[in-house]
Order: sequence, then C-alpha cells, then structure tokens
Amino acid sequence: MNDTNTLQPGILSGLWATARRDLLLAWKRPGDVLNPLFFFAMVCTLFPLAVGPSAEQLEFSGPGVLWVAALLATLLSLNSLFLTDFEDGSLDQLLVSSQPLPVLALGKTLAHWLTSGLPLVLVSPLLAITYRMPVSVVPVMMLTLLLGTISLSLLGSIGAALTVGLHRGTALLSLLILPLAMPVLLLGANTVSLAAGNDVYTTGIWALGAYAIASLSLAPYATAAALRISNE
Amino acid sequence: MLASPPHFYRIAAVFSPWFAVPGVLLIAYGVYAGLFLAPMDYQQGDAFRIIYVHVPSAYLSMMAYMIMAVSGGIGLIWRMKLAHAVAAAAAPLGAAFTFLALVTGSIWGRPMWGTWWEWGDPRLTSELILLFLYFGYMALRGAIDDTAKADKASAVLALVGVVNVVIVHFSVEWWSSLHQGQTLLKEGGPAMDPGMLYPLLAMILGFTFLFGSLLLRRVRTEVLFRERRTRWVREMILSPEGK
Repeated sequence: MNDTNTLQPGILSGLWATARRDLLLAWKRPGDVLNPLFFFAMVCTLFPLAVGPSAEQLEFSGPGVLWVAALLATLLSLNSLFLTDFEDGSLDQLLVSSQPLPVLALGKTLAHWLTSGLPLVLVSPLLAITYRMPVSVVPVMMLTLLLGTISLSLLGSIGAALTVGLHRGTALLSLLILPLAMPVLLLGANTVSLAAGNDVYTTGIWALGAYAIASLSLAPYATAAALRISNE
Repeated sequence: MLASPPHFYRIAAVFSPWFAVPGVLLIAYGVYAGLFLAPMDYQQGDAFRIIYVHVPSAYLSMMAYMIMAVSGGIGLIWRMKLAHAVAAAAAPLGAAFTFLALVTGSIWGRPMWGTWWEWGDPRLTSELILLFLYFGYMALRGAIDDTAKADKASAVLALVGVVNVVIVHFSVEWWSSLHQGQTLLKEGGPAMDPGMLYPLLAMILGFTFLFGSLLLRRVRTEVLFRERRTRWVREMILSPEGK
C-alpha cells in the first residue's frame, strides 16, 4: 500500500515532465526557436523600409510595430505546439495519462512560452533601440511583452488544440486567435506609447497582468477540453 | 421532450409564423413611422433615421453571439444535440446582423464624422472584432468534417470568445479614450423625442421577432440535414402529407 503511494507522482511532476521534454526537443532543434525570432526581426525591418526612415515616424510607430511583430511571431510558432505530438502519437499518451490534462497542457504551454515568448522579450530591446525608443521606456516595453506573451501563448494553446489535426490548420489558427489576441495587442502597444509620451501607463500594466492571470487560470481547461474534442 | 429533433421540427413549424407575423407588422410600422412620421433631428437632420436599422442590428449582433455561446455551452454540458444545431444556425445570422450594423454605422458616419470609418469610435471597432470572431467560429465549423466534433470544438471557441467580447469592449473603450477622436455621439445623450423613440422600440422588437423566426427556420433546416439518415425523416418525407 505504502509502495503504491510513493509511486504515485504528484501533480507538478506531470507539469515538469511535459515542459522538460518539450524544452529538450527545442534544444535539439534550435531552428524551431530561432526561426520565429528571425521572423520577428524581419517584420520589424519591413516597416522602416515601407514607411521611410524618418526618426519621428519610427519613434511614433515603434511600440505598435514591435507589438504586431511579436504577435505574428508568436502565432507562427503556435502551429507546431501540438502538431508533432499529434503526428507521432505522444499526444494520445498525454490524453490517457492519469495526470490531469489541464496541467499537462499547461506544461506544454509553459515550454512554448519559454522557447518563443521569453526569447522575444529578450531580443526586443535590440529592435526597440533601432526604432529610437528612449532607454527609460525599454524596460516598460519588455514588461508589457513579458506579460503579453504569457497571455498570447495561453490563448494560442486553445487555438492550437482546436485546430490540431486539421488540414487547413495554419490559416485557420490565425483566424481564430487574432480576434482573441486583439485586446492584448491593444493594451501592450498603447501602454508602451503612453510610457514613451511620459504619460501614466500603470493602468495598462495592471490590465495586462490581470489578463495574464485570468488566462493562466482559465486557458488550460479550455485547451484540455479542446484537445479531448480534437482527438476523440 | 422539446429537445427531441422530430418533436422540435414540428413545433418550430407551428411557432415560426407566430414570430414572423408580429415581426413583419412591427417592422412595417417602424419603417413608416421612422421614415415619415418621426420629426427631424435638430442636429443631424434626416441622417439620424438610419438608427432604425442600425440599433436593432447592433443589438442583435451581440444577442446572436450570446445565443450561440449559451447554446454551445448547453450542448457541451448536457450533450444536447439540438442546442448545437441552434448554435450552428445562429452564427451566420449573427454575422449578417454584425455586418449590417457595421455598414449602417459606416453610412451614418459619413455625414456625421465626414468619413466612412472612424477608428476612434469604440463601438465600431468592437463590432468589427465581433465580426472577426464570427468569421473564426464559422471557419472552424467549416474546417471540421465530423459534425459532432465541429459542434464541440466550436462551442469551446464560442465560450472563450464570450469572455473575450467583454474584455474587447473595455479595452477598446480605454484605447479610444487615449486617442480622443471627434466622436459626436455620446452615451446617454439628450432624451429622445417620443415620436422618434416609439418607432425605434418597434424596430428593435420587430427585428427580434424576425430574428426568432429566421432562427427557427434555420434550426429546422439544420435539424433536417443532421437527421437526414434517421427513420423519422425518411418516414416524414415518404408520407403523403409530408411537408
């Protein structure tokens, strides 16, 4: 009796196991992590080329461009969140596991954020400086991206779970997730703009934090439900 | 049980005219009173008369989303097939009313704001995002071949969307307050003249009845299509008085 109790793993062990596995996979295939980052940098390069290099304009549009680019880069990496697991059958293993599925889904989302959201946050200051963002605003921008990408990864995991195994997945995923992600984009980009204009920006930070906490507590359940539906 | 498809199919046929007739009468009164009897607005002239289409459409665009999400939730929780049929039938109607609200809002905006589209107006922007939510919902339904799976997946999406609609509303409001535009239309503006108000109420009620009737008809068709391989449908079609 005692033995079976000690063999029964706790809830967090499932979370760590899925997260660690996905991180290991990402480590073995660094392209999957780097490609969205290059994409992010390239989208940020497109705007000055298209609208002109005038300093005023760049300073004005910088927060918005960085945020749109971050949103698109996150979308790009979301498609593969459950896809490889679906193809090689390990998703079925997660579904039949005795561990609660929302926790396992959260583990996968955590790994996704660590390999897509967090690198974006770390790279963003480089691009922000090319957009002549004042140095005092850069930490605010990083904070908004940090909180925002958490929400985006979690929201995106719902969309990825709903579309896993569908042929027209990629375009459909964008269609599902973009309207849901609009409040995050709006809060994030405008908070940075406010900070750049020496305005009060804390409302936006609180709202982004609230959004991140709400999605952290609700999204895993929706993702788990969606995974069960997609795989029945 | 009302939830049994054959029973619903019969009942809906009985009820549909009960929605359609008052709907048509109310809309006929509303159109006549709104276009000919209601006094001109002292500020907007005759241009304000578009509210008689715009306000009911905007209200139904949100109402239809709520119906879609609630019946999706009912379908998920109690595994009621009929509820999923209602959700499937409500989505295109809701999208159509959202589109109508956007178009009429844009036409109204032309004389009021001097532009067809005003990003600074929070309601137009929220409505546009709502239209995208409908598109996503219908695209997801269309992409999944298995009806039962499509029902459940789209119900999850609708429920996630309903939480989001509220957040969209408040965040867009906050956003437009930052970029204060030339929004002429303020919430709770001057009290409306009864001559203007009654036709509007008639139109809102009439549109709701019309929506109810259209929804019932669409759900009937949806039920018929979904149950096309069952015995009651075959028997009904083969029977001499089958309709």
